[in-house]
Amino acid sequence: MTAAEILSVAAFLEGDHAQAFPSFGSERMGAPVIAFCRVDDKEIRLREPVMTPDALIVQDPTLLHQVDLFSGLDTKGYLLINTTRRYRDLGLGDFVTKFPPHHICTVAASEWAVEFIGKPLPNAAMLGAFSAITRRVKLDSVQAAIRQKFPGELGDKNAAAAGKAYNTIRTN
Amino acid sequence: MLRQMEGSHAVAEAIALCRPEVICAYPITPQTHIVERLSELVQEGEIGNCQYINVESEFAALSVAIGASAAGARAYTATSSQGLLFMTEAVYNASGLGLPIVMTIGNRAIGAPINIWNDHSDSMALRDAGWIQLYAETNQDAVDLHIQAFRLAEQLSVPVMVCEDGFILTHAYERVDMPDLNQVQAYLPPFEPVQILDPADPVTIGAMVGPEAFAEVRYLAHHKHLQAVEVIPQLASEFAKIFGRDSGGLIQQYRSEDAETVIVALGSVVGTIRDVVDEMRDDGVSIGAVKVISFRPFPMLALRAALENAKRVIVVEKAFADGLGGIAVNSVRMALRGLTTPIYTIIAGLGGRAITKASLLRAFGEATRDELDDPHFLDLNWTVIDHELARAKEKRRSGPIAENVLRDLGLVGGKPV
Amino acid sequence: MTQRIKFYQTGTLTVGNRLLDAENRSVQSTIDRSNSLTSGHRACQGCGEALGARYVVDTAMREADKKLVAVNATGCLEVFSTPYPESSWQVAWMHSLFGNAPAVATGVAAALRAKGREDIKVLAQGGDGGTVDIGFGCLSGMFERNDDVLYVCYDNEAYMNTGVQRSGQTPPTARTATTPTSGGSKGNVFGQGKNAPQIAMAHDIPYVATATVADLHDLENKVTKAMGLSGARYIHVSVPCPLGWGSQPCDTVRLARLATETGLFPLFEAEHGAVTNATKIRRKVPIEEYLRPQRRFAHLFKPKPDVEALAAIQAIADRNILKYGLLG
Repeated sequence: MTAAEILSVAAFLEGDHAQAFPSFGSERMGAPVIAFCRVDDKEIRLREPVMTPDALIVQDPTLLHQVDLFSGLDTKGYLLINTTRRYRDLGLGDFVTKFPPHHICTVAASEWAVEFIGKPLPNAAMLGAFSAITRRVKLDSVQAAIRQKFPGELGDKNAAAAGKAYNTIRTN
Repeated sequence: MLRQMEGSHAVAEAIALCRPEVICAYPITPQTHIVERLSELVQEGEIGNCQYINVESEFAALSVAIGASAAGARAYTATSSQGLLFMTEAVYNASGLGLPIVMTIGNRAIGAPINIWNDHSDSMALRDAGWIQLYAETNQDAVDLHIQAFRLAEQLSVPVMVCEDGFILTHAYERVDMPDLNQVQAYLPPFEPVQILDPADPVTIGAMVGPEAFAEVRYLAHHKHLQAVEVIPQLASEFAKIFGRDSGGLIQQYRSEDAETVIVALGSVVGTIRDVVDEMRDDGVSIGAVKVISFRPFPMLALRAALENAKRVIVVEKAFADGLGGIAVNSVRMALRGLTTPIYTIIAGLGGRAITKASLLRAFGEATRDELDDPHFLDLNWTVIDHELARAKEKRRSGPIAENVLRDLGLVGGKPV
Repeated sequence: MTQRIKFYQTGTLTVGNRLLDAENRSVQSTIDRSNSLTSGHRACQGCGEALGARYVVDTAMREADKKLVAVNATGCLEVFSTPYPESSWQVAWMHSLFGNAPAVATGVAAALRAKGREDIKVLAQGGDGGTVDIGFGCLSGMFERNDDVLYVCYDNEAYMNTGVQRSGQTPPTARTATTPTSGGSKGNVFGQGKNAPQIAMAHDIPYVATATVADLHDLENKVTKAMGLSGARYIHVSVPCPLGWGSQPCDTVRLARLATETGLFPLFEAEHGAVTNATKIRRKVPIEEYLRPQRRFAHLFKPKPDVEALAAIQAIADRNILKYGLLG
C-alpha cells in the first residue's frame, strides 16, 4: 500500500490526478496485500478495484504461483517483478512472450533495499524501476514523493534505492 | 491547499480545523486512521486545549461526547459498524437532548457474518435516530461536509453524522483541497450552546417527560429536521463563498435534468455511476444521476423536483431490509408519491463487494429496457445460493450458512462438500 | 476533623449537632446549605437514597463553593427528582442514560478542562443497578483513566425503580421480584454478586469509601475528603429502601445502622488501593436483628428459622469483621 500511496503522490506532484487504495483487509504482518493506483490527467471518479491494470508490480515473487496475478493484465501492459531471477527461471518464460519485450522487466528491489536502507523493504526501488519502464512518472517525482513520506535520512536512503533501481532494471 | 492524502487523514485534519474541544475515541476498523491522526494532532498541540479521551467502548465514546457537549464543548467522535450499534442508545439520547455532536461514520457492514468491509448497513440502521446524516462521495466531500456539519449542528442544536465509505474513502489516497484555519474560522463561529451545564445558572437537562408532553418534544425534533432542509442549502452556498467550491447541499444532479432514466445513490458509488452515465450517454442512452447528500433530513421536495420528469428511477444502495428490499428506496418512493414512475432498486456493494462499472452498465441497461427484476441484487452468485438452499432443504442440521457458502466457493480449506 | 463525643442522645445513637463545635457541625445543620435536592420531590417515605443524596450533594456543593455539575444515572433518584416540568435540583444537573453516567461525567470534566474551568467540580451519582451492573463498564473506564469525577453509588441492593428486581448488589437470600421465594426457593442465591468498592480499589484510584445514611456526619466527612482530592473517587453509600426491603419508613436509618453494626456493610476508606481506615463496630449485633424487620428476608424466619441460611449470612458478617478489623 505504501508503494501505491507514494506512486499516487509522485503523480500528484506532476499535476496529475491519482487515486491509491488497498484491497482492504485486517492488519497482519506478512499477509498478501493488493494495492491499486490510478493516474489520470482528469478527475478520477471510478471506485472499482483496478481489474485490468496497465502495469502490474509484483513485490513478492513467492506469490506468483499462489494467486492468479495476471488475469486482468493486457498483453500491451507492463509487468515488473521484484527478483534477481529471469522470467524463464520463474516459470513464466512462455507467458511473457505475448508482451512487448521492453514491457517485461525485473529488478532486484529487495537487494537494493538491503544495500541502501538496511532492510528488505522494496517499495522505493520498485517505484524507481516502475518509472524507468513506464515513464509514466519521472524519477524525480518518485524520489520527491519518497522524501515526503519518509523525511530525513530514511527518505534519502529510499530515494537512493529508487535511483539505483531506475538504472538497473533488466528486461527479460 | 491541494494535497495528495489519505481520506482518514484529510478528515482528521478537517476536524482539527473545526477546533473541537473534546474528542472521544474507541478504535474500530475502518475508522481507526481518523482517530489515530487526531490523537497526534492533539498531542502536537495543533488543536489548542482539546481533550482527547481514550474510552472503553463506543457507548462510552458517545456518552463522553454527550457530557462534553452538554457542558458547552464542541465534541466529536467517530465510529463504524458494530461500534455504531453498540452506542445506539446514546445515539438516540444525543439527538433527544439536542446536543450538536458531530460524528464520522466510516461505513462498514454489520455482522454476523463478521465483515470489516464497506456497505451502508450501519448508518442506515440508525437513519431514524434523530441525527442529520450527510453522505460523502469523495474525500473532498468528506472534508467539506464535516466543516458544514459543525455549523449545521450548532445552528440547529442537533447532532450530525457524516458518513463516508469505509476503506473506499477512508483508506484511499487522493487529491484534497485542504482549507486553512482562517477560512474555517470565517465559516464556523465559536460554539454557543442553547443549553449548558453552568453552576452560575443551573438547569436540569434530561428530565423525565410523560405522555402529556412527549409527543410535543418529539415533534419539535422533527421540526428541527424540517428547518435543516432549509438551512443545508444555505450553508452550502455560504461555504461556496468562503471556500470557492460547491460542496454539500441536499442533493446534486449529474446530467439528470433531461434524462429519461435517473439513478439515485449515496456515497462513493456515485463516482462510478458518473462514469457509467457518461458511457451510456455516449451510446445515446438518456440517463443521469442524482446524489443524495442529506439522507436525513430527506430532501423530499428537491428530490421530487429532480425526479418528477424521469421515465424511470433506479436507486442503487448498499444496504437492505431482509424480507422487504431497499431502504433508501422507500424514502425515494415517498418523495415521488402520487406519481406512477417505475422505481427499481439495485442492492450492491454489500460487505465490500466491488461495484464495477461493467455490472452497473449491464443492470442499468436492463432497467432502461424495463427488464430488471426488483429488487435486483447486483452480481449475486446464484449457484452458491441454490446449492445452499438445496442443502438446507435436504438436511435440517445443515450448518452455518456463512461457512457453507465459503466452502462452496473453495475459500475454506478447499474441502469438497 | 472528627471531634470525639462520648454522649449519645437518649434513645438514639445520633450525635446531636448542638453538642459539637460549630466547625464540626454537619452541612445540613447550617442555614447556608445549598438545598441542592430541594423539597417537593416524589421519593417514597423513608427513602434512604433521597436522604443520602441530599447530604452528598449539599456537602459537595459546599466543598466546591457551589461550582458543581451533577450527572445522574437513570433510576429512582432521577425519576423522583425530575418529573417534567418540575425539577428538585438546585444544581446544574444532567441525566443521560442508565448505564453511562460515569462517561457523561468524564465528558463534562473534559469540557471543563478544555475551557480552563477546572474550578468547577463534577459529581456523578446512580443507584446500584446503574453503577455496578449496567454502568460498570463506563465506571471502570472512568476509574482507570483517573478522570476527575467523584462518583457516588446509592446502594439499595436491587432495581427498585422498576419494581424490585435483583441486581449485582442484592444480598443472598433476599427476595426480589426476580429472586422469588415461591416454590420452596430461598430468594437470591449465595455465592453471587460483586464487591464494588473492592473492585474500585483494584483500579488504584485516589479514594474509595463506603458510608451509610445512619452516620451522616461520616458520610459528609467522606464526601468532604473526596472533594478535596482530584482524580477518580468513589463512595458507595448504603441506602435502605422501605419499598424494596419491606421495611417501615421510620426504620431506614436504624436498618442502615444495623447493616454496619452486624458487619454486613463495613465502613471503610481506602486510598490508592489500600484500606486506610475502618470504622469500628460499637456493639456487635447478630444478623437476625438486621434481617428480621425486612420482609425480603421473612422466609428466613417463617414458618421456622432457616438455620443454615442464617448461619451462612452470619459467616459473611464475621468474615467482614475479621477482614476489616471492625471489632476492638
